[in-house]
Amino acid sequence: MTNGVGAGIVGRAWDAGFVMAARRSAAPKLGDVLLVTGSETFLADRAVRSAIAAVSKGKSDVEVTDLGAGELDVGVFAELTGPSLFSAERVLVLRMLENLPTEMVPYLLEYAGAPADDMLVVLVHSGGQKGKAVLDKLRKASVNEVVATAPKTWELPQFVAGEIRLLGGTIDERGAAALVDAVGHDLRALAGACSQLVSDSGGQAISTDLIGQYFGGRAEVTSFAVADAAIAGRTEPALEQLRWALDCGVAAVLVTSAMAGGLRGLAKYSSAPPGLREADLAREVGVPPWKLKTLRQQARGWTPGGLATAIKAVAQADADVKGASGDAGYALERMVITVSRAHGRR
Amino acid sequence: MSVWDDLVGQEPAVGILQRAVSGAAARLRGESGAATAGMTHAWLITGPPGSGRSNAGRAFAAALQCANEGCGECNECRTALSGAHPDVSLIRTELLSIRVSEIRELIRRAAMSPTQGRWQVMVVEDADRLTEQAADALLKSIEEPGPKTIWVLCAPTVEDVVPTIRSRCRLLVLRTPPVPAVAEMLSRTLGVDAELAGFAARAAQGHIGRARALARDETVRERRTKVLEVPFALRDLGACLKAAQQLAEAAKEEAKGSAAAVDEKERAALEQALGVGTKGAKPREAAAAVKDLEEQQKARAKRWERDVLDRSLVDLMALYRDVLVVQTRAGSELINAELHTSIVQFAERTTPEQTIRRIDALAACREAIEMNVAPLLALEAMTIALFEG
Ligand SMILES: [Zn+2]
Repeated sequence: MTNGVGAGIVGRAWDAGFVMAARRSAAPKLGDVLLVTGSETFLADRAVRSAIAAVSKGKSDVEVTDLGAGELDVGVFAELTGPSLFSAERVLVLRMLENLPTEMVPYLLEYAGAPADDMLVVLVHSGGQKGKAVLDKLRKASVNEVVATAPKTWELPQFVAGEIRLLGGTIDERGAAALVDAVGHDLRALAGACSQLVSDSGGQAISTDLIGQYFGGRAEVTSFAVADAAIAGRTEPALEQLRWALDCGVAAVLVTSAMAGGLRGLAKYSSAPPGLREADLAREVGVPPWKLKTLRQQARGWTPGGLATAIKAVAQADADVKGASGDAGYALERMVITVSRAHGRR
Repeated sequence: MSVWDDLVGQEPAVGILQRAVSGAAARLRGESGAATAGMTHAWLITGPPGSGRSNAGRAFAAALQCANEGCGECNECRTALSGAHPDVSLIRTELLSIRVSEIRELIRRAAMSPTQGRWQVMVVEDADRLTEQAADALLKSIEEPGPKTIWVLCAPTVEDVVPTIRSRCRLLVLRTPPVPAVAEMLSRTLGVDAELAGFAARAAQGHIGRARALARDETVRERRTKVLEVPFALRDLGACLKAAQQLAEAAKEEAKGSAAAVDEKERAALEQALGVGTKGAKPREAAAAVKDLEEQQKARAKRWERDVLDRSLVDLMALYRDVLVVQTRAGSELINAELHTSIVQFAERTTPEQTIRRIDALAACREAIEMNVAPLLALEAMTIALFEG
């Protein structure tokens, strides 16, 4: 998590490993200057809040000043950073550091070189190029930095797992992925979901069942996700989606019908006569026009033979889940594997 | 003329029922022993769809009520056949199952003495649709019937009936009626010419109701022709899906048409019975009853749709059977003689192994639809399998 810039601790705000380490040894303390950078306001806010919490822990009289860096002038800054009349312990939060007046830069750097030991200064930069010079100089002054950029989509389960760990709960990888699928990519919503789950899991590891109870009202979405992944030939994600859908209590027949619908549209699209206008093509295929783009993409990996195999597999699975076989989950897995392997077949 | 006239090609079964009727008449005269030997209180009539199971049940009921053992002309015969005889209960369901509540009502009626002094006859036309619960309720009544009660249950096969019921009934098996017998009946009763009668009898493959419809109704014949065009249209994947869609939509249309004819009438009758729109009507109860009816009608429409599909699949199986006949030089008469040329060409282009696989695909599709697989999906898998061979 460290990237060697400056000597301070640099960590991603959403990464639990970093947050935990920060809590243990390098938690912000009085006498520090902490830099929070990045555009993800949810994470930045939280970094600020936890820094304040760290220095106020067990104390009742820590004085917090929270203002925009743009409002700063020499007088105000001197007043805020000068010796305290009442020797109170203080936190100064300067937000939107990119708006810091140029003439203030030397004062800020000077402070960073010799911070007051009864005060924590938190500098929040919103990311972007503006005010980059100040950032670089602060980094050279070895201030600690928390990077508040959003995790990439594939890092979201890790974010969820971290959140839950921080809240004192546990969840496995599959559960974390399931929660991301169910709730979406908004960090605030995910964090909210995590805290709800931890508080309601009663100390147990958070199960996909529990996730299903809270966030499983998206049966169609998950069954379509299974179909989309399988049709894209992505076997592993398709199987993951399937397990998640079943864990959420999605009816097996919804999965087969979503898969049948997806393949049907694709097969009709692939075998439509060439040269049709968009609107006519959409009618011929039986989908809304906006779906044609998706179908065009999906169709690339498919031959008529592959589609035929896939459709037959879905019909078989539909029969299986309706009673021909005892194990619906197995029947659906077999279907997903057959469909996704039929993708890309010559 | 007699009540047995409509039982086409079922001479052996008719013989057994006639002996039973004589025995019952002897019983009424107070005789016993050999004279009443053919008579028993519980019957199970089985036979393939369209072979005339329920007709046999009704004819039997009429003959039991008739002073002349089934003359077909007296008031007893006519009312028994039409369902209007006070001592004959005809129970049929358009639904997927017969409910316990209906069976309880039936048992209550079965226990009553016949108003006209002969027999209380209970004909259950769809004994295969008795729920386990309903069958349990029925058991005692069948086991210890009133002295003048006769139960007649009908089902496609013995296996379709709950074993406990099955073991308490005398079994009567109807056969698939021979084509010439059906053709003769069509000419006689509908007055159609021999060629059309022969075609309809062959095409219906022993299903009498279907044979009648084919002989009588041009649109039924046209629909069948369309279905039989399917195998020759399967050029590529797109054509397979299109054919499946057409089959599914045609079935839906046909079922909807049949339903429209009865749904509205049933609803009007129910509303009248509930006194909707009159003083003293209970709107809430009426609404519940109407909703109940609508649900039953929906279930029925679905079942009809599946029935139509099944018939289409049977027609298609017959076509491939004809192909196989040509391929194996079996020499049997073609069911679809009118398609002789296309069938021979198709037979030459393909192998018997392929034909058998195609017939299997049709059988699998029938099974799938029976099992409630989404019809369109089942049909798509089927047309693809037919195309692939
Ligand atoms: Zn009579």
